[in-house]
Amino acid sequence: MEFEIIIGFEVHAELKTSTKLFCDCKVTYGAPQNTHICPLCTGQPGALPVLNKKAVEYCLRAGLAMNCSINNDSLFARKNYFYPDLPKGYQISQYERPLCENGYITILGDDEEAYSVGIKRIHLEEDAGKLVHSSESISSSEYSLIDYNRSGIPLLEIVSDHTINPLRSIKEARSYLEQIRQILRYTEVSDCIIEKGQFRCDVNISLRKRGSTAFGNRSEIKNMTSFKFISEALDFEIKRQSKLLQEGKKIEQETRLYNEERKITLPMRSKEDAPDYRYFPDPDLIELELEQDFIDKISKGNRVLPDELLKLIVEKYNVSKKDANLLTRNKSVAKFFTECATYTTNYKKLAKWIINNLLLLLKNNSLSIESAKIKPKDFASLVNMIVKSDITDRIGKTLLTEMIISGKSPEIIIEEKGIVTVEDEKQLNKFVDNAFNSHPNIIEQLRAGETKAINVLIGDVMLASKGNADAKRLKKIISQRVKNPDK
Amino acid sequence: MELCNYSALELGKKLREKEISAKEIVTSVLNRIGEKEHIYNAFITVTDELALKQAELADENLSKGEDISPLTGIPVAIKDNICTKGILTTCGSKILDSYKPPYNATAVQNLINDGALIIGKTNLDEFGMGSSTEKSCFGPTHNPHNPDYVPGGSSGGSATAVSLCESVLAIGTDTGGSVRMPAAYCGVVGAKPTYGRVSRYGVVSYASSLDQIGGFGRTVEDTALLLDSICGYDENDSTSANIPNPNFSQSLKPDLKNLKIGLPKEYFVEGIDERIKEKILKAVELLEENGAELHEISLPHTKYAISTYYLIAMAEASSNLARYDGVRFGYRAKENVSDLNTLYEKTRTEGFGREVIRRIMLGSYVLSAGYYDAYYLKAQQVRALIRQDLENAFEKIDCIITPVTPTLPYKIGEKNEDPLQMYLEDIFTVSLNLAGLPGISLNCGYVNEFPVGFQIIGKAFEERTILSTALSYEQLNSNNR
Repeated sequence: MEFEIIIGFEVHAELKTSTKLFCDCKVTYGAPQNTHICPLCTGQPGALPVLNKKAVEYCLRAGLAMNCSINNDSLFARKNYFYPDLPKGYQISQYERPLCENGYITILGDDEEAYSVGIKRIHLEEDAGKLVHSSESISSSEYSLIDYNRSGIPLLEIVSDHTINPLRSIKEARSYLEQIRQILRYTEVSDCIIEKGQFRCDVNISLRKRGSTAFGNRSEIKNMTSFKFISEALDFEIKRQSKLLQEGKKIEQETRLYNEERKITLPMRSKEDAPDYRYFPDPDLIELELEQDFIDKISKGNRVLPDELLKLIVEKYNVSKKDANLLTRNKSVAKFFTECATYTTNYKKLAKWIINNLLLLLKNNSLSIESAKIKPKDFASLVNMIVKSDITDRIGKTLLTEMIISGKSPEIIIEEKGIVTVEDEKQLNKFVDNAFNSHPNIIEQLRAGETKAINVLIGDVMLASKGNADAKRLKKIISQRVKNPDK
Repeated sequence: MELCNYSALELGKKLREKEISAKEIVTSVLNRIGEKEHIYNAFITVTDELALKQAELADENLSKGEDISPLTGIPVAIKDNICTKGILTTCGSKILDSYKPPYNATAVQNLINDGALIIGKTNLDEFGMGSSTEKSCFGPTHNPHNPDYVPGGSSGGSATAVSLCESVLAIGTDTGGSVRMPAAYCGVVGAKPTYGRVSRYGVVSYASSLDQIGGFGRTVEDTALLLDSICGYDENDSTSANIPNPNFSQSLKPDLKNLKIGLPKEYFVEGIDERIKEKILKAVELLEENGAELHEISLPHTKYAISTYYLIAMAEASSNLARYDGVRFGYRAKENVSDLNTLYEKTRTEGFGREVIRRIMLGSYVLSAGYYDAYYLKAQQVRALIRQDLENAFEKIDCIITPVTPTLPYKIGEKNEDPLQMYLEDIFTVSLNLAGLPGISLNCGYVNEFPVGFQIIGKAFEERTILSTALSYEQLNSNNR
């Protein structure tokens, strides 16, 4: 029996607003525990939420980038459940009328064609605090501590729509996540650093007989901390579910947890045990009426998106699609490229040098394009020198290493380090030629062992180069000439 | 007459004429508390040291000629579900019996900024859930006119304190009548401004869409002074109304000429004590004799008000009270707690009283999947109809007069076994909360030793009209006596 795979995601991304979603506490990472808290984000009696407008703006920015329609009468709802990291006993989230609905993002499908994956909704909600257990889990721990610094940090929840072009393979699932992350980074709403918990996802997967239109029961998998684990979990689930179906058994609609060590998923709770969150509109917050002007301003101010940048780099700069893809993977790199492109017209070489040399050197030096000191103008001038054959590739790489660390221009480094450029070498040879010409007997003298005669030549070249010639190098050139006069 | 018996207005005058000091006022009030508390139990906490300290500051300011506000040097009692920084705020509940908030409610901060003296925290039905002030873990408050009887609730401590002159003014909260009702039972003035007029920041939420701080005084003018201090826009409360605050006390016009008063026919029929009805109609007559026009109006959805109110209030309460879980503050069960769920279960079972548990359970039920549409959503739809009724009525009239309660105060313990009977006590007060309108309750006579109150309802943000009408009545009534 052949199966079709249907994969859906719920992605949570922490927004990089400066303050939390409903209070003035700072959004921080790694600050000492419980130093960015207040009556509201610790659930003190009587404290009331006040919506952070910036978070709304960020949500719309992401929503518009993912082609969503915007609800201008959005509502916040309470999701009621008990857990120690949830100080109010409910999470303020959105249920009916989320800020953004019915969008899509385009990925490269398995058939190598553009594939528009449906986005059902994008909404805003608050993050919970963080539990630190004295042992592995809350039940096995003697005690657990709670850090509320994270409590109330704005989260974006992005839910894919499995009824509109669902993801059909692990590869597509991965492209989807990468594309979502790239859009959130390009729109500058989240840094999406998985290790910092800024990008988390739950995945659901179901199988159905090829050609069938009905959806099978799905399992939702939680607790995956990297793209790699998501792929592994999906791989396991596909095998598990198809085996069951082959045997004519039923798939339970359930939530499962991924076990990283054993690389398997295990049941967590069945559909019957699914909690009833008793959603209802939060009476502490009023309906969020958005003026069309506010929405328009965000659409116009919207950042350039990865797809658009890719198109620009291919069309305007004539860079190959493959290279453009590599350049736009990281927005800062793409931006670096376009900035360099204002100082050089050698776009292809520029792209190659970024991909093959700059990115590698940055990686080797544990630097990012932002943390490296290199300036676009200087990088462009380096590329220009290479194209003009002023310097060799080898010297270019030496210069680049110095440039990313010191931030100096290639010209300065050449001068300071006395690096001999191709230009210098040519000039030097010319001076040497002239010196030999003015002293026709000199080769004979030198061959006869009169080594001091070399000083006459050196003196001449020094005079001609106004003292700029490197004496050591000069000696080398002259000795070579003596040995091999044709050169 | 002792100082504690004077009105805020009179005390303010004496203070400014340097006849008395704020410290003398506090001392008089504290003496009264000392005499009465053991019988009436109006306070959970008396903040004598704080009040004396604030009095010193007030005296200092007054002697320097710094006239902060008419409330400078005036004692105010605070209902114990309104946060006071570093001072016990228990909500009358075991679950918060040691809770000291890290901040002041906006209304409390406004009072302090105006130089008022915080005299103490008053008793209430646990979390404001009740109409008798019997359901407090600190014991019941007793009616100032007969200690065997209830003072009404849930702000019964505040009403009793003002009635007994244990404080000059007091604030309470009104979710379904909790200011107006005890005001009627205790014979004082109780005013609930329009929803959004007073910040809810720092009010321990019972039902967020209905909760509103209100004020108690022994006179209408005193109550207006109090409202001037506590009302106003607050950016910390998203439901606070961003409109300018009129100066109520300066703009009262006791003029009944052409005032159109509506009398809802649905409010004067079944179930109301005839003696109460008689007193109220006499009050209405007095207003008519002095220039007011009477109009019969109809509020056809009144019969649904109680069920609508309780569905919404309980639903919101079930969520608002979820934070009392024993994890961060307040009571925490310690015996036989083996896991997280047991901690929640035992903490909440032991920490909350029966009435609170009842409301949390009913509220959770009406919000549950499969029941939400039939109960909560339906209640919201009926709420809109009740609001519409009142809006329609107000197209032709300026204010509405109704009873406050259908019965006279009852004996403590009398209605304990029948919560439904107690819910029905709120019949005349809850519609206002559902519609967010302002209302004032004031005395219109006595049946035996018990005071009878009547209620004047106004248009949204037209507190001036009802305060002015109340002042007219107060003046006429005192002339009659």
